[in-house]
Amino acid sequence: MLKRTLTAAVLAVAPFAVAAVPQASAFCGFYVGKADTSLFNEASQVILARDGRRTTLSMMNDYKGELTDFALVVPVPVVLKRDDVRVIEKKTFDRLDAYSAPRLAEYFDDDPCAPRPVPAPMASAARDGVKRRGADALGVKVEDSFSVGEYDIVILSAKESDGLETWLVQNGYRIPAGAAPALKPYILQGMKFFVAKVNLKAQAKTGSQFLRPLQFSFDSEKFMLPMRLGMINATGPQDLIVYVLTRQGRVESANYRTMKLPANMDLPTYLRDGKQFTDFYKTMFDQQARRENYKAVFTEYFWDMSWCDPCAADPLSRDELLAAGVTWLPDNAQVQGRRPMPPSSASPVMLTRLHLRYTPASFPEDLVLQETKDRQNFQARYVLRHPWRGSRNACQAAAEYLDGLRQRRDREAQILANLTGWDINDIRRRQSRAPVVTPR
Amino acid sequence: MTLVAVAPLHKGAWTRLAARARSIDARYLQIGFLGSFLLFGALLRDFALRPEQVALTFAAALATQYLGARLSGLPGHGLLSAAVTSLGLSILVRADSLWVHPLVAALAIAAKFVIRWNGKHLYNPANLGVMIALLTLPGAWISPGQWGNDMLLALWVATLGVTVSSSARRFDIAWAFLAVYVALLSLRIVYLGARWAVLENQLSSGALILFAFFMITDPMTTPNHRLMRLLYAAVVAVIAFVWTYVLFRTNGLVWALFLATPLVPLLDRLKQAEKFQWRPALSHSPALGQHRRTGLLREILARRQSGAAPAPQSYTGESAVVQRTP
Repeated sequence: MLKRTLTAAVLAVAPFAVAAVPQASAFCGFYVGKADTSLFNEASQVILARDGRRTTLSMMNDYKGELTDFALVVPVPVVLKRDDVRVIEKKTFDRLDAYSAPRLAEYFDDDPCAPRPVPAPMASAARDGVKRRGADALGVKVEDSFSVGEYDIVILSAKESDGLETWLVQNGYRIPAGAAPALKPYILQGMKFFVAKVNLKAQAKTGSQFLRPLQFSFDSEKFMLPMRLGMINATGPQDLIVYVLTRQGRVESANYRTMKLPANMDLPTYLRDGKQFTDFYKTMFDQQARRENYKAVFTEYFWDMSWCDPCAADPLSRDELLAAGVTWLPDNAQVQGRRPMPPSSASPVMLTRLHLRYTPASFPEDLVLQETKDRQNFQARYVLRHPWRGSRNACQAAAEYLDGLRQRRDREAQILANLTGWDINDIRRRQSRAPVVTPR
Repeated sequence: MTLVAVAPLHKGAWTRLAARARSIDARYLQIGFLGSFLLFGALLRDFALRPEQVALTFAAALATQYLGARLSGLPGHGLLSAAVTSLGLSILVRADSLWVHPLVAALAIAAKFVIRWNGKHLYNPANLGVMIALLTLPGAWISPGQWGNDMLLALWVATLGVTVSSSARRFDIAWAFLAVYVALLSLRIVYLGARWAVLENQLSSGALILFAFFMITDPMTTPNHRLMRLLYAAVVAVIAFVWTYVLFRTNGLVWALFLATPLVPLLDRLKQAEKFQWRPALSHSPALGQHRRTGLLREILARRQSGAAPAPQSYTGESAVVQRTP
C-alpha cells in the first residue's frame, strides 16, 4: 500500500473549542466585566518561549465583552519593565495553531494488479487547510505604569491580597468575588501583578475590533503557568492550548501527568467529508479528557520547527519565530519556507503543543513545566486509506486484496467506535455510504 | 478438579506468617513490587519505555555487578541488588535511544565498586544512575509526573512499600522523610493560604512514595545509626522542599538524595560506635532457603515469642538480610 497522495486536513483550535467549551474564563489572570456582559472566552491559547531562565509569554485574547470593562490580571515572577511588554499580532497564534494542529492524512491504495512502482519521493502536496483567523495604605505599590498598543499596563506589587483587591476595585477594575483568596498565594510567593486595561483611544486608532495578544518577557527560574486565578468563576471544564518553544526538547508537566493522545491510526474514510473530522477530534478529545478525570495534560504535537511530515502548514519563518518570542535563533538559521524532509542539521527550535481540559478541582495547583531532552517527534495524525476500486476478477491479487479490505474496514470502524464512543452500527452505515474518492 | 478448603487463620498463624514474610530477603519483595509497578506503568500508564531498554538495563547491570565483584575482589556478587537497581532505573529513566539505559546501569553499578567509604558504597546506584542520565547524557530525561495523581494507586504503592521497608528494617527512614517532607508541604499550604487539595495532589504522586519507600530506604547508602538516619532523612526532605518550592527547580527528590549522600560518611563518623555489622559472602544466597536449612527462622521466631532480643542483623546489597549469628 503505497503512499500516493497526501493531503492534510487540519483542525484549528477555535472552531472546536467553541462547541466544546461554551463558557470559560481566561486561563491565567482573569477577565473582568459586568455581570450582564457576555464574557465568552474560547479555548485560551498561550505561547511560551523559553531558553535558560528567559521566558516570553504571549496570551491570546478572546475577550468579547465591552472594551471598557476589560481587565486582565496576571501574576508574574518579576517586575516587568516597559521594554519587556509588547503587543503582537493574532496571526502568530494562527500560524502556530495551523502548523501544529491535529491532522488528517489521506492515502490511496494501489491497484493490486499493477506492478509495484518505485516509491516516489515524499510529495509536498500538503495544503494549508486552515483559513487565517483572522497605594501605600493598602500595601499595594505601583511599580510601573505605561501604555503598549491599545493597552494601559500597570505593574503592581502587593503585601496583602485584600489590599490588592481593594486597590483594583477602587481603580475601576472589577474583580470577581473570591479574588482575594486566589491572589494571596501569589503575593506570598513574592510574585508581581501585570494588570492591563484597554485604552479606548488607542484601540480606536488600531481600527480593529479585536484586542491583540499581549506578550511579555522576564528572567526567572519559574517555568509555570498561573492557571489558578482564571478558575475563580469557572463552572465547567476549561480548555487551554499551550505552544511551548524551546531549544532542547519536548516539554511536559512536572506536577501533572502528561500523555500523548491516541494517534496515527487508520480511520474510516468518510471522516474526510464536511465537519466529520472536526467532530471526531472533538469527541475523541472529550472522551480522553473525561477518562483521565480532567487530570491529564495531552501532548498534541512535538516537532523540530524546521520541517514536518505531513505538513499541516508551512513551518514558521524566522520573523514569525521572533514574533513568537524565540530569542535564541542563530543569525544564519535556516528556518524559511517549507521543508518536508528532515533538515541536515537540527533546528534550534522545538515546538511542543499541550492541550489541557481542566476543572478547578482537577488542577488544584498551577501548571509546572519542565523541558526534557526528548527529541522524538510526535503528532496527532489520523490516516484515511482510500481503497482501490476494481473488479474482484481483475486478477488473483485483486480477490485477496478485496477480502483483506473488508477486515480492514471493520478494524477502522472498531477503532473509531472505541475512540469516540459512537455507535458501531452507525459507523458501519456511514462507511458503506462513503463516497468514492479518487486520487488527484 | 481439586478443591482447596480455606479456613480462617487464627492469630498465631498470622503472627508466624508475618514473621516469615519479614525474614524473606527484602530484595525479592522489592523485585516483585518494582516489577509489578513497571508492568503497571508500561501497560496502563503509557510509560515511554521500550522492552529492549529494560532488557539492556538488566544485562548491563548484572554483567557489571558480576565483573565488578570479580575484578575488585570485593565480597559478594549481589546480583539481586543489581536487579533491584535495574528495575529502579527502568521505572525512572526515559530515553529516546537504546544506549542510554545500559550505559546508565553500567555506570551506576560500577560506582558501587569505585566510590566506597568504610566498606560501604557511597551512592544509591539508582539515584546515581538517574543523576548521570539527567546531567550528562543526551536524549535522557525523567518524568516525575508520569504516575498521574491517582490516590488509589498511591495507597497501593505505600502499602507494599511498607511491607518491603519494614522487612528491610528501614521503616524508620521512610517515615522520617515523609513526616518532615509532608510537614514542610503543609506549612507551605498554611502559609500561602492555599487549599488542601494542593497537598493531596502533591502527596498522591507515585514518584514521591516510590522515592520514600524504595530509594531513600536503601540500607547500604544511609547512615548506620538510627538517630543519624532520621537526621539524614530530615536533611533530604528539607533539600527536596527547598529545591522544588523555593528554587523552583524540578526533580527535587532525586537531587536532594544525590546532594545529601556525601553527608553519610560524616553522620556515620559522628555516631560510629553503633554502626551496622557488614557481613560478606554468606548473605548472598537466597535468604529464606538458607534459613530453612539452618533452622534460623525457627530460632528467630522462638526468640521473638519469648521476648528475647532478636538476632543481630547484617545487610547486604540494597536491603537487609537476616544473618546467621556467628
